[in-house]
Amino acid sequence: MTNTIMLDPTAELNPVEKQILPRLESLAGATVGLLDISKPRGKEFLDEVEKYLVEMGATVKRYMKPTFARVAPNELNQKISIECDAVIEGLAD
Amino acid sequence: MKNSSENKFTVVIKKDCPTCLLIEPVLNELVASYQDKISVYVQDDPAFPSSINNKIDDTSLEFSYRNQIEIVPTLICSNSEQEVARTVGWDKSEWQQLTGLSNLGTNLVDFKPGCGSKSQDPGMEEQLAARFDSEKLSARKVELADSEDEIEACFDRGWSDGLPVVPPTSLRVIRMLKGTKKAPDEIIGNIPPDNLPCTIEKVAINAVMAGCKPEFFPTVLASVEAALQDKFCMHGLLCTTYFSGPVMVVNGPVIKRIGMNCGVNALGQGNRANATIGRALQLLIRNVGGGVPGGIDRAVMGNPGKYTYCFAEDESDEEWATLAQDRGFDRSESVVNLFAGEGLQPIVDQQSRNPESLAKNMANSLRSVVNSKLYGLADAILVVCPEHRRVLKQGGWTKTDLRQALLENLMTPGADIIRGAQGIAEGMPEKFKNKTMNKFREDGLHITSTGGKAGMFSAIISGWVASGEKGSQLVSQKIQ
Repeated sequence: MTNTIMLDPTAELNPVEKQILPRLESLAGATVGLLDISKPRGKEFLDEVEKYLVEMGATVKRYMKPTFARVAPNELNQKISIECDAVIEGLAD
Repeated sequence: MKNSSENKFTVVIKKDCPTCLLIEPVLNELVASYQDKISVYVQDDPAFPSSINNKIDDTSLEFSYRNQIEIVPTLICSNSEQEVARTVGWDKSEWQQLTGLSNLGTNLVDFKPGCGSKSQDPGMEEQLAARFDSEKLSARKVELADSEDEIEACFDRGWSDGLPVVPPTSLRVIRMLKGTKKAPDEIIGNIPPDNLPCTIEKVAINAVMAGCKPEFFPTVLASVEAALQDKFCMHGLLCTTYFSGPVMVVNGPVIKRIGMNCGVNALGQGNRANATIGRALQLLIRNVGGGVPGGIDRAVMGNPGKYTYCFAEDESDEEWATLAQDRGFDRSESVVNLFAGEGLQPIVDQQSRNPESLAKNMANSLRSVVNSKLYGLADAILVVCPEHRRVLKQGGWTKTDLRQALLENLMTPGADIIRGAQGIAEGMPEKFKNKTMNKFREDGLHITSTGGKAGMFSAIISGWVASGEKGSQLVSQKIQ
């Protein structure tokens, strides 16, 4: 089956690919979420990351997925997006 | 004259056609006489006719589409790759003459009409155009990933006003373009606020997304042309912190042709033409012009009409001059009028039985446009309901009489409305204290009529605070 092809309705100034959000220019004063995906030793790793972030002037908030086997629940995603300017996800053990 | 011995022949047939079945012996005679100089294309069953070996499968209908086959069988005679003649159906003498075979099909009837080509089935032409001619469309093609939902993909790419849009596939855009004779690559103008050149094709894409039918497309194009008139000041209207957006009033025979609503709930929901034509202009300004809320669009609150604000005038009373007539057009012309405005403020009057009383009441309500102490700032459209129109008519008043009475009733001593008057800081500058002011600038009060037959409820569409030469004026554009 071929994928749907649509015609671009815009003035075509931006690339076709979905755009990532603008990156933070500085971590100073930013709130950064650290998302532990519930894999072993995630806490130790993120504790280290937190130290560096705090040194760079960021405020850190910690979050945890209920299980690494599933995507994060909507409520958790929404909570992070409301409370943080950026998020770092600890992906593996 | 080219050498007829170099003639080649092409026959297009389908099994589902009795005439094509009838001429199978003729095809055999042709193959026997001309061998590889004859090509037989079959539209439906590639195994038909079984007596012919080298037939060509045209179930994709590409050959039929590219050669504008309308009827089967079609016999085409060509020479040096150029078509020199064709005949359709079975006409014995024509087939004999074209092929130079005087004994061709002698046992058959002289004449039997053919059937419609499969490439002419309803809706098929656009499908084939999308399949074989989509390179004629110049817009960038965006291929979705396997997992992407079409409508969600449009949201993700920022192409939506917040409601679902119809995914703009090549087929849908080609269908939309059938609504106009203009070429897809023709530039309609530069779309504000980014002032980027916009093709007819881009308008068609956004009209598809808005949900328009192809027959709405000429009205959409006229609305874009209206918005691009310098007098309308679309750029400023989009950027303003004020509420306003484009308000469309449609006049003329197009109303009935495309089924616009000028009756019950004319300014409300439920009519596809009203809803989607207004939305198409807004989507175009968003997508091509770059006019995105929170970006260039700085409205404090906006208004719900910025999704779509389009309605038609009730033209059932020949004696009532339409808005388009006020703008110098004839009743027989279809026109889009574009006004920078917002909202709807009701005028309830269930008691007036004569035009004088009704006009005074309407004037009182019109005084409150924008602010009851600010004059000459914003234009307005007065929307007269059919029952109020009846009161005017029974009193012998025309629209001109109504406008005159409104303007007289709206004259106000400057002292009543200057800053500080009535204990309110807002108002007209002190210099107007000893003058008599009119609520509206000259040509600033427009009158139209629409709505259901029952209910003595007229309304005001309030204009942008930057009305007139300093900002936006009502513009009208004939629909081609």
